[in-house]
Amino acid sequence: MVKISVKNLNIWFDSTQALKDVSLDIYANEILSIIGPANSGKTTFLRTLNRLNELERQFRMEGAVDYDGVDIHSLDTQILRKKTGMVFALPLPLPLSIFDNVAYGSRMHGIKDKKILLEIVEKALKEAYLWDEVKDRLSTSAFKLSGGQQQRLCIARTLAVGPEVILFDEPCSGLDPISTAKVEQAMILLKETYTIVLVTNNVKQAARVGTRTAFFLSGEMVEIDKTERIFTAPADDRTNDYIEGKFG
Amino acid sequence: MRNSQRSQKIAFSLLFSATLLIVVPVGLIIVLIIQKGIPAIDWQFLTDIPRKGMREGGIFPAIVGTLYLVAGAIVFSLPIGLLAAIYLSEYAKDNALNRIIKLAIVNLAGVPSVVYGLFGLAMFVVFFKFGASILSGSLTLGIMILPIIITASREALESVPYSFREVSLSLGASKWQTIRHIVLPNAIPGILTGTILGIGRAAGETAPILFTVAAFYLPKLPKSIFDQAMALPYHLYVISTQVPNVDEKIRYGTALVLLVLVLFMNLIAIVIRYQFRKRKKW
Ligand SMILES: Nc1ncnc2c1ncn2[C@@H]1O[C@H](COP(=O)(O)OP(=O)(O)OP(=O)(O)O)[C@@H](O)[C@H]1O
Ligand SMILES: [Mg+2]
Repeated sequence: MVKISVKNLNIWFDSTQALKDVSLDIYANEILSIIGPANSGKTTFLRTLNRLNELERQFRMEGAVDYDGVDIHSLDTQILRKKTGMVFALPLPLPLSIFDNVAYGSRMHGIKDKKILLEIVEKALKEAYLWDEVKDRLSTSAFKLSGGQQQRLCIARTLAVGPEVILFDEPCSGLDPISTAKVEQAMILLKETYTIVLVTNNVKQAARVGTRTAFFLSGEMVEIDKTERIFTAPADDRTNDYIEGKFG
Repeated sequence: MRNSQRSQKIAFSLLFSATLLIVVPVGLIIVLIIQKGIPAIDWQFLTDIPRKGMREGGIFPAIVGTLYLVAGAIVFSLPIGLLAAIYLSEYAKDNALNRIIKLAIVNLAGVPSVVYGLFGLAMFVVFFKFGASILSGSLTLGIMILPIIITASREALESVPYSFREVSLSLGASKWQTIRHIVLPNAIPGILTGTILGIGRAAGETAPILFTVAAFYLPKLPKSIFDQAMALPYHLYVISTQVPNVDEKIRYGTALVLLVLVLFMNLIAIVIRYQFRKRKKW
């Protein structure tokens, strides 16, 4: 089942073209990994899906993105963003307590009942493998957590809103191997309930968790296929070169 | 190595003497005012009306008048200034017109206060027919400190990291919710700094209240915002230049009270700001 369908997407920031004629489908309940060297347009692609790019003044786009068959521009932005959560490259806790971070989205969507909020927060923290580490100090500042914990907190905060799709932008780039393993573990379990798009510049991570993998280069999508295929028999030489570490 | 150590020393002594050059005169003025003003301060001075052509008695009506004026100015200018700052920094598009508006506001902070006084006279006293009153004086002072409050608030709002806004929006919060729950709470310390500067300016200026509210001699307390009032800076001006043979200690005592009053009001804002700073966590 196609969850998000991207058709002939072109994106410019002023005169620099960040994405060139990208077309791909994202299926429900898959982890789609996006790999590619720096400046290949991976982040730009993600931020188009939840319309975060449009905050940028110089942003211009052509082509279409359909969410469940509906053009994202005919959806309400807030509802679209509620359905497509995002986890950023750096852990970005809001300057609030652990609890308030996770409850933030729900509160903004009108949930006030303390008991319901507590349930939501607990469930999300458990899903993000953080509950046991923070359950005794929910009211302390989120900035008191370690980097890895902060990133899992951000995942919990995203989950608490009840998204259908989660966009991860290099979620482990600032983390040590153990924290990375924990985040990956969380992602693989999340696949059961969510559709995941994972941008990563760690090729091995894509191989570990991705159902399918897309390779981006200089704003173009070079190829997309089952992860095993991309890593064993890619169709394009450039994909092979990148995976083997010949550039980027 | 040698050389860098020497330039290090030279830089240090230059910076240090510049600081000294600022601190010493200010310190001297304060010491002088305290030294000469303290003898005048007693219960009667603080709570009595001026007597014998302002050569004796107290300065109570002027203290009250200044408190009213400053409070009125803040009540008027803080909400408006804050709203304008939010509009300018969060909503206004970055085009030529808005850049001119922002520049104009910054420059308004430098307009001499007597100009505001004349404006207040024409606008509030004459045009709106508020007469010489606390209302006119407060509005005039409020307009004078608006640019200070807007500029400081804008800086405070803009210093809240952009990434917080992105996070909030990405969770499906609206722009206003993001401003209300993320940007504003984290900008409060900076907004209060602007307010402190505004309070100091409003309490100390003579020219804006000269034509709009200040009474030369009014030995009773104002009953409504349409009454005239005495005010400390103007009273100080009067007893220093208009009334002959006022005892020096009364003049310095008045200056001391004005100083302490401004410090006290600033202290309140500083304490609130400190409370919020403690919570600042990035
Ligand atoms: N807000 C922006 N304003 C201007 N140019 C931008 C903006 N965002 C991205 N770009 C440009 O678009 C191109 C693609 O950037 P993008 O961030 O999508 O790359 P990336 O693949 O995520 O790189 P990295 O691996 O370094 O994160 C770059 O040339 C970048 O300079
Ligand atoms: Mg990126």
